[in-house]
Amino acid sequence: MFTLIFFSLLNGLVYGMLLFMLSSGLTLIFGMMGVLNFAHASFYMLGAYVAFTLGLHLGFWPALVIAPVVVGLLGALVERQGLRRVHRFGHIAELIFTFGVAIVIEEIVQLVWGRPAKSYQVPAMLDFPLFRVLGSSFPAYKAFMLVIAVAIFAFVFVILTRTRAGLIIQASLTHPQMVAMLGHNVPRVFMVVFGIGSALAALAGVIAGPVLGTFPGMAQVLGSIVFVVVVIGGLGSLTGAFVASLLIGIVQTFAVAMDVSVGGALGAVGVHVQTGGALHDLWKVTIAQIAPILPYVLLVATLIVRPTGLFGTRET
Amino acid sequence: MSTAATRPLAVAGVARTARVRRYGLWVAAAVVLVILPQLVRTGTALAVMNQMGIAVVFALSYNMLLGQGGMLSFGHAVYFGLGGFIAAHVLSLAGRGALYVPVPVLPLVGGPGGLAFAALFGSFSTRRAGTVFAMISLGVAELMAASSLIFDRFFGGEEGITTNRSKAPLLLGLEFTRDRQVYYLIAFWLFVATVAMYAFSRTPVGRMANAVRDNPERAEFVGYSQHRVRFVSFCAAGFFAGTAGGLFAVNYEILTAENMGLTASGAVLLMTYIGGVGSFVGPIIGAVVFTFLQSMLSDYTGMWLLYLGILFLATVLFVPMGLAGVLMLHAPAWRARRLGRLVGPYLVTGALALVAAVGVIGLLEMIHFVAAADATRATRRLFWVVVAPRAVTPWVAFAALAVAGALGLRWAAPRAAAAFEAASRPARS
Amino acid sequence: MSRPKSALVFTVIVALLAGLASSATPADPIRIAYIDPLSGPFAATGENGLNQFKYAADAINKAGGVLGRQIEIVPLDNKVSPQESLIQLKKVIGDGIPFVFQGNSSGVAHAISDAVQKHNERNAGNRVLYLNYSAVDPALTNEKCHFWHFRFDAHADMKMAALTDVIAANKSVKKMYIIGQDYSFGKAVAEAAVAMLGKKRPDIQIVGNELHPIGKVKDFSPYVQKLVASGADAVITGNWGADMIALAKAANDGGLKVPFYTYYAASDGVTAAIGAAGIDRIRLVHESHPGNPNAPKALSDYIVGYRKLHPQNDVNQPRINTGLNMLAQAIKRAGTTDVDKVAAALEGAEFTNLSGDQLVMRREDHQLQMPVYISVHTNKNIKHDLDASGFGLSLESKIDRDKATQPSTCKMQRPS
Repeated sequence: MFTLIFFSLLNGLVYGMLLFMLSSGLTLIFGMMGVLNFAHASFYMLGAYVAFTLGLHLGFWPALVIAPVVVGLLGALVERQGLRRVHRFGHIAELIFTFGVAIVIEEIVQLVWGRPAKSYQVPAMLDFPLFRVLGSSFPAYKAFMLVIAVAIFAFVFVILTRTRAGLIIQASLTHPQMVAMLGHNVPRVFMVVFGIGSALAALAGVIAGPVLGTFPGMAQVLGSIVFVVVVIGGLGSLTGAFVASLLIGIVQTFAVAMDVSVGGALGAVGVHVQTGGALHDLWKVTIAQIAPILPYVLLVATLIVRPTGLFGTRET
Repeated sequence: MSTAATRPLAVAGVARTARVRRYGLWVAAAVVLVILPQLVRTGTALAVMNQMGIAVVFALSYNMLLGQGGMLSFGHAVYFGLGGFIAAHVLSLAGRGALYVPVPVLPLVGGPGGLAFAALFGSFSTRRAGTVFAMISLGVAELMAASSLIFDRFFGGEEGITTNRSKAPLLLGLEFTRDRQVYYLIAFWLFVATVAMYAFSRTPVGRMANAVRDNPERAEFVGYSQHRVRFVSFCAAGFFAGTAGGLFAVNYEILTAENMGLTASGAVLLMTYIGGVGSFVGPIIGAVVFTFLQSMLSDYTGMWLLYLGILFLATVLFVPMGLAGVLMLHAPAWRARRLGRLVGPYLVTGALALVAAVGVIGLLEMIHFVAAADATRATRRLFWVVVAPRAVTPWVAFAALAVAGALGLRWAAPRAAAAFEAASRPARS
Repeated sequence: MSRPKSALVFTVIVALLAGLASSATPADPIRIAYIDPLSGPFAATGENGLNQFKYAADAINKAGGVLGRQIEIVPLDNKVSPQESLIQLKKVIGDGIPFVFQGNSSGVAHAISDAVQKHNERNAGNRVLYLNYSAVDPALTNEKCHFWHFRFDAHADMKMAALTDVIAANKSVKKMYIIGQDYSFGKAVAEAAVAMLGKKRPDIQIVGNELHPIGKVKDFSPYVQKLVASGADAVITGNWGADMIALAKAANDGGLKVPFYTYYAASDGVTAAIGAAGIDRIRLVHESHPGNPNAPKALSDYIVGYRKLHPQNDVNQPRINTGLNMLAQAIKRAGTTDVDKVAAALEGAEFTNLSGDQLVMRREDHQLQMPVYISVHTNKNIKHDLDASGFGLSLESKIDRDKATQPSTCKMQRPS
């Protein structure tokens, strides 16, 4: 039992930090431009694929640095040529545009790299068990993922709060017109933020590719969860994204470990459900089996009860 | 010279022509639907037309939300799918003799099914519009898709639910064993649903939906609750989506969780937007074009979704009014009877665009061939010509086509635009 | 030109044209559809399967084809989706292709089998024959059987009977964990495992019976943790494709050392993922000789020939060769491609496969009767390895055809 809890916590932490790497960029972009970037997870996917190809020729570590830069530049380009043009048609049009970009990127990935999954491997230097506890080992690579994610959080936090550029970005988050009147090139700030957000997503892809698989559907799989995280945490709030990522990561990992049926679990907290009846299937299924839908239940609940999310201040 | 005696008759004459024009369009549409199978006779064509019919109903229902209500939903397929599942279960029950529900009535089972769930989810979804509404719809879609493994008696798990339309009781001896018979059923319900949705858009609540889309605050000031108006729109859209689902159940006799998922919702968004959200016929055009491209293109290339995605992006960026909007833009030229002047410049531009498209598509297809490399094959058929993508010549050829087409477009497009301007100028009286 | 001269020219032209027209036009090929995943998480399995079909078809064509016609394999991507498969099936019917092979995912198989039966009942004129080469949910030849479905692989119960015999003989196994994909096949494996272990070794405690969504779980570490926490000392799984690769990776990462009894833990990337960690620990139940040690010559030559064309892939489904050849023979025997006649010829047909086994297509339920093999993952004495990894399967035991057979509940209705 102890090993189960310990490793579930660790795995949940790793997964949660990965979600944070993805959602931090998304929530910053949203906070700044009001557009929920559907293609954010696509940049995550591009990061993994570009790193895979670069890794074949240059090795894992150069790819770790180069791939996010390449994808970040691509993101900035998409913003400049596409998003800016659609901006004047409103938020709905921007959402639809990023949805189209997501589709096109997924198809281009299949075009260039083919349909089957790529065997993107963990670098040999990190492919060993870090420690063994009571019969189970924890791979060093996952610890590496954790370290990188924490470093990113610290880096972004420092940049945003301690540097001049970060202060301008923060100001543009809440008062874009004022910042523009003060003489800053706000559209350029937006482009830079979009590029950095995409680079962060790509970095998440570079790191998660070996663990979560590198295949054309990877954007869809993670994309929805990232939206959930961003909305639950609060659109525009970095702290909210952090808390929500960890929450979702740990809840999902722990849920898989629980073999209790939903009816049993509810019974344990005093809610009695009748067996048989229309919802019979729901009560007899185990928590492990409903683990994939728990984030969406939380999403819908949050949007009904508190649309601004846990730490957010705006809705749209 | 009109006297007081002749004036009422003249007015009556005008009113009659207006009525003929208005109803004439519907009558013509009905006639086209009836004779279409006679014109296009191959088996695959019939299957595609059935698919188009279902897509049109689905897209029109989606436009009730997007175009008329201003609500972007990523989860509309949920009501389509749920309506379909309920219809499939009822059809199976009818087949076993437990219920008397003949096949032609099935869409009227799917409709209320979609309506019920739309009312359930709409109660909280429609409280807010915009991004929040979109996100809730996304969450509901993912929720339902993932629930398929949980409620596996209703959703059939991974295999889905199959049903058999040959076993249901017969209404007036009408059998539905052949695709053509199913076509007429779909065509009938397509006509009825289209008339109903058009009528809805003309009712006060339909008009208020437009108002709430454009200026929710003002609508509130006039006395209408934006939540309630959106809710009614949502439920109506869910009803017609469920009707489309019922038609799907009859045509394919299988429903799986995929029919409720994001891919299906994404597809209806694509087809509605490409067709044009600003008009009633837009989704019809979009659904027909999308289904046609999807079934025809997928025979020739694995990259059809890329081409559709590019078409979609181009629509969003450059032609947000969609295909229908583009057609409507030519209304002044049509009225001034100057459409003929556009034929020449448009043909030239079209031909050059085609050349450029052939070049670009050729390059993309060759990239696909080389990347998804099958070591045993060295050639593939592209545009009815066998090309060897590993040689240099095809690349140069297609690149040259693309460049030539693009340069030609740069020359021809402004001329076509100028011709359009000239044709659309109001006629001098 | 003068009249006689133009007449001469005209005659010469007509003669030339007549000559061209009468020159033997090659007979059109017999088209056989292949509906399986060529994209998505199971693309590797589907693509390797397609390559094996083409290889087998080439061999048949080189030997003269069938009824003087060449065989053409028409691939169609179904993405392991029942919906998509039916769309492809409609295309197949519309194109007039009479034979369909499919195997990856019993979920898809149910949809196709159902659709084929309905279509054939309604359209006696253009029937389709469904040849199932790999979908092993027993229901397809039990309650869902019909005349136009034939299965060329030992079904899940046949395989589980063999697997549980091996498990029963291993006295050190006391706690069993069952994990599988949440669909018809995964559920069938779990049911059969519980029932058969209950009969053969009632002392074995089932400490876990887990179903996970198919093709969706990328990181199996939480499941592996659960496995370890349950104290299981053996695992049964029917996982295949991307799910088996991910499970193997997570098991290696988590340092799991218990024996695995599987259906598909080899080839298409799985053997490479298991690697050294799985030596003498991972066992597989399958339908033909694994190639090591001492493969029959026919099989060995076949594998070598295939490896020349596809250095990275393996002949992991020799049943494809069996299925295609049995179909070819049935067409020859029937003398036509008429589906009903071919099906009648296929019923009761006998065939000797590459492993030298005598197989027979049982009339009662259209399930091919065949021996069942159990092999173990290792790198000792491996002449034919898998995934070009140096690791491969070595034969441990073989259950003869008569012992491997299972009863059927099929009540087949034959067309009059």
